[in-house]
Amino acid sequence: MLTVQNLACLRGDRLLFKNVEFELNAGGLLYVLGENGSGKSSLLRMLCGLILPETGTVFWDKKTIKEETEGYLSNLTYIGHLNGLKDDLTALENLTMSARAAGNDVSEDKAFAALAAIGIERCANLPARVLSQGQKRRVTLAKLWLAKGKLWILDEPFAALDIASVSRLAAKLGEHLASGGMAILTTHQDVTIHAQSIQTLRLSE
Amino acid sequence: MSGAWVTVLKRDLLLAFRRRSDVATTLFFFLMVSSLFPLGIGPEPAVLSSIAPGVLWVAALLAGMLSLTRLFAADFADGSLEQMLLAPQPLTLLVTAKVLAHWLVCGLPVVLLAPLIGLQYALPSDALSVLIISLLLGTPALSLIGAIGAALTLGVRGSGLLVALLVLPLYIPVLIFGAGAVAASQHGMSAQAHLSLLAACSLLALVLAPLATAAALRISVE
Repeated sequence: MLTVQNLACLRGDRLLFKNVEFELNAGGLLYVLGENGSGKSSLLRMLCGLILPETGTVFWDKKTIKEETEGYLSNLTYIGHLNGLKDDLTALENLTMSARAAGNDVSEDKAFAALAAIGIERCANLPARVLSQGQKRRVTLAKLWLAKGKLWILDEPFAALDIASVSRLAAKLGEHLASGGMAILTTHQDVTIHAQSIQTLRLSE
Repeated sequence: MSGAWVTVLKRDLLLAFRRRSDVATTLFFFLMVSSLFPLGIGPEPAVLSSIAPGVLWVAALLAGMLSLTRLFAADFADGSLEQMLLAPQPLTLLVTAKVLAHWLVCGLPVVLLAPLIGLQYALPSDALSVLIISLLLGTPALSLIGAIGAALTLGVRGSGLLVALLVLPLYIPVLIFGAGAVAASQHGMSAQAHLSLLAACSLLALVLAPLATAAALRISVE
């Protein structure tokens, strides 16, 4: 369970948002909405602990994420704007190594199956350098098929994806939520995801 | 936990292997800088062998520094650094894997090349072996201390020069003990004391530098 109390974010001398509060339980999906520059990405990074909040606290299972760092991070999968792919490694190497570097010891077969699940297995042995923007995004998102944690924080996961991939990802998100996972995402696209409880959080200036 | 550490090390080594030219640049820099001195100063063996310890150590130190900016910059730009920060493993450990990869790629080749350059400076064989040992003990400290500078200057304009300004003063003790060890053996004294101090520098850096680097990385990513 993720609980957020009274969160505020100051970037430079600009207050992006304040008094952000919500509670996310197993099976819950939270959409973070807002215009460009309203602080959606900053909020997601703050929830991950990459940015320290100006005020307020993030709790994971009733403990602050500072006390519970290891337990929280092993449950967290964050996909931000940057893909985290190495141009000189193949798609398969990128996926396998990034999972292993995060302590998730996956086999190459499993990683290949994850690439297949998002329909990018043809590019498994191509260096990331030659992939298109959408293909790179799909290689990054394939991580979700390997993720073991409960909480997914996704920043614009549908951007640059084709229609077929969008529906594959939406189905995967639905599956994750149905099995007791949680997801927080920002998107500007209208995508239907099935979840027991859907909340929206609107950030405005 | 060790799995993640090994993966970070393996990934960096694989990337270095796929970009061999970067490694070659460091080595050629070392080769060129240390070859320029005999050309400029003249072929007098007595003079050359007396300046050899200092020149070789400074060249090794500058060569290692040349590649420092690359240590975290690519990871920072492509987002893998963010993911490294979000790994459940302690960041300090993962940092040591990256620094070890940097040393294996940029430090160790310089150590192996040094005796060859030493011959050019008419260094006697026992001084040559002390040179290798001193570099072997000292260069890890250079990589470790350099990592702090590289982490602090992430995303900063003109970071190359800034790293040099930050890190070079911290390299001074390593340079003094390293060059001192070779000079001592040239004068027929024991290099033991210098080498022990050099090893102490490296051990101290191994304990403290990853902590400082991890803290600096967190600040840079925020």
